[in-house]
Amino acid sequence: MARLHEYQGKALLAQAGLNVPRGSVAASPDEAHRVAADLACPVVIKIQAWTTGRKAMGGVAFASTPGEAGEAAQRLLAMKVGAFPVEQVIVEEQLPIEHEVFVSMSIDDAARRPVLLLAVTGGSGIEDRVADVNRIAVGVDGSIERAGVAAMLAASRIGAKVQPAVVDAIARIAALARKIEARSLEVNPLVTTRDGRVVAADCRMTIDDYAVFRHAELGIDIARELDHPPTRLERIAYAIEQDDHRGTFYFAQLPPDPGKPLIGFHGAGGGGSMMSMDAITTAGFSIANFTDTSGNPSVAKVYRAARIILAQSGLVGYFGSGSGVASQEQFHSAYGLAKAFVEMNLAIPAVIRLGGNSEDRAVEILEDACRDLPAPVRGFKKDDTPAKCAEEFSQLVRQCGCKPAAMTRCVPGFVGSARARSFPISGGRVWIDVDNCDDAVTETAVRHSAGLFKNELGKPALAVAEEEVATKDSELIACEIECRRAGYPVVFVDLPVPGLDDT
Amino acid sequence: MSIIIDEKKSVIVQGITGREGRARTKLMKEFGTNVVAGCTPGKGGDSVLDLPVYDTVLEACNYAESYMGETVDVSVIFVPAALVKTAAIEAIEAGVKMLLLVPDRVPVWDAMEIYAAASSNGARFVGPNTLGVLSPGRAVIGMIGGRAQSAREWFKVGHVGIISRSGGMTSSCGYYLGRAGVGLSTLVHVGGDSVLGLRIPEVALMFESDPETRAIVVFGEIGGSQEEQLAELIATKKVTKPVIAYIGGVAAREGTRFSHAGAIIEGGKGTHAGKVKALREAGAAVVSAFGDLPEATVEILNRHSIPLQRSGS
Repeated sequence: MARLHEYQGKALLAQAGLNVPRGSVAASPDEAHRVAADLACPVVIKIQAWTTGRKAMGGVAFASTPGEAGEAAQRLLAMKVGAFPVEQVIVEEQLPIEHEVFVSMSIDDAARRPVLLLAVTGGSGIEDRVADVNRIAVGVDGSIERAGVAAMLAASRIGAKVQPAVVDAIARIAALARKIEARSLEVNPLVTTRDGRVVAADCRMTIDDYAVFRHAELGIDIARELDHPPTRLERIAYAIEQDDHRGTFYFAQLPPDPGKPLIGFHGAGGGGSMMSMDAITTAGFSIANFTDTSGNPSVAKVYRAARIILAQSGLVGYFGSGSGVASQEQFHSAYGLAKAFVEMNLAIPAVIRLGGNSEDRAVEILEDACRDLPAPVRGFKKDDTPAKCAEEFSQLVRQCGCKPAAMTRCVPGFVGSARARSFPISGGRVWIDVDNCDDAVTETAVRHSAGLFKNELGKPALAVAEEEVATKDSELIACEIECRRAGYPVVFVDLPVPGLDDT
Repeated sequence: MSIIIDEKKSVIVQGITGREGRARTKLMKEFGTNVVAGCTPGKGGDSVLDLPVYDTVLEACNYAESYMGETVDVSVIFVPAALVKTAAIEAIEAGVKMLLLVPDRVPVWDAMEIYAAASSNGARFVGPNTLGVLSPGRAVIGMIGGRAQSAREWFKVGHVGIISRSGGMTSSCGYYLGRAGVGLSTLVHVGGDSVLGLRIPEVALMFESDPETRAIVVFGEIGGSQEEQLAELIATKKVTKPVIAYIGGVAAREGTRFSHAGAIIEGGKGTHAGKVKALREAGAAVVSAFGDLPEATVEILNRHSIPLQRSGS
């Protein structure tokens, strides 16, 4: 995750040469007891959760003995932050604090450069003490102007002897932010202690999602900016994004709005997705997820995105809409969605706004391929506003009883059969039901295969080398759907979603 | 006139031999953009769509000058995100004054380094993560419209400048305005990231000084400070042309990023409500439903006696 926990941040600060409180992370009361015993001093115990105001929610406790530390940890580890249970606490020495300094590095989007906010009077209530906050320019190399910081400290109540060490700590914080490509790095507070130390007492760090690829050392498994730890489906979705770089797939689950019908949401394009999300929530629905497939995604990616959206329970409908005037060819999305809906034998209504290039063809593909499904699937075009699509969707949802439906993936019987013809592709395998291919069927498959198949003794066979077909999932899915539309479901592209389909 | 791009400006394409570079160069040429050359390290000597390919930007610039008598005005960059910084700084150092950084996922510290290099060399850039800039009847850089024919059908010639933080919504705004009979001077997708070369306020100032542009339509989003800064420019009369805006993300939650790297509410800043309030108080028209944008624009153009489209020329 692109957000780091306090204990992870402190390890980085320590590596960068800063003092951090002695202590360690603990996942059980026993562990907390042990850490406190090793420290042999009064300790502070803090929940490790992505939230501010931990103290106010009771997520911070103090203990004088290891026994008390264990009890406090037991209480803290039973807490929940939002829907997410607290899994770890940090147990640290209590510091003899003399002065507190607020240090916060962030990126100034207007200046297009990093900026360091500094308050030598500490960080509590900082939002209301604007006048106390100084802005220090940071170079794009992570350097700060030390003299300016020193002058600020000289005017503070912080002892002169310790001031150089504070300047040094601040410079190291800025340099660390550059090194790990943080979007924000806050040390609040950086403290001076009565025994003359300068210590980073707490920290919050967020790493730039787009730079995570060159920071393996940070051990970030999901580079996604969320307000909660990643869910199972978010992890599955993220893995797909890593394995297939054609276009973008973004998936974030949102807490449901109780009392409103829950739907799956599938946008296309960042702004269009957000605008469509606004339209559908204005129409009275709660969206289970925010999803965006865009940037010319592969058909396989759109298919997998739809599968993950449909794996959420409690959905009463599926709403798809993007900018409405997409530059990208819309039939790709239509094929991907059609495949997912057919495979899941879709039992909740779907409305998809497929406006943009080739929209007529896209809507025809989607509606025709899904014509025999239990629930209605409707496509819309660029002249249909999101509000109108939301209205149509509301009506369909009402007509279908506004209720969730259990759906399982249906794979045709010839998949896995020794009599079927089969070849591997990237991330899956293609199956052809040759037993049910007469000349007419074979010709249909060949015609829709974009030159990948040929008619070999009346049966479809690969016309190109296996290596060449491996990345042609888009063409192969198109072929599968076109054969189905023609009434010949003899081609099946098996693209299991890792984590969903393996048991 | 238009801003950033017109049919006379000389354009090169970095990464022209890649899948996207090749496809989008075709679109740009078909639409009327004066693309003169391309470059891809190691592919010097090739040609793409009858354009010469060079190893370096400097070679491409030299070619444009010595053989065509043209200075390269714009470089359009289609290289993988991790290589954008190197490519952009190469173009800046070769003396190109306007860049378009198309790729998504450019690290934010790279974007800041590019900005620092551009600033000290008097260069500017659009993006990263931009669909591009298009001036109807003149030229396009990037990939707005997808196909030249679509772009011609969708966007009419007129007096409204579009600034958008979303690529898809740039086309969308242009199309719906066109359907309502409203023509455009230039469409600018500033990009979806938090650190951008040209931001909404700066593009608004460019439109303010462009005689052809007489009103500005903005597609804004949650996160960052671009809309608030625009409001400030309107309030202080630095932007005097009418502004009509829609802000996406009324349903967005704080702390979660909604696709675009820049679309995240952090520390209570950049909220939907805050942006709408700032713009309205400054005197901009803000519509609550995106579908109302064309009608609101037509009404404001009529009120200011601005013709919906530009005839002739």
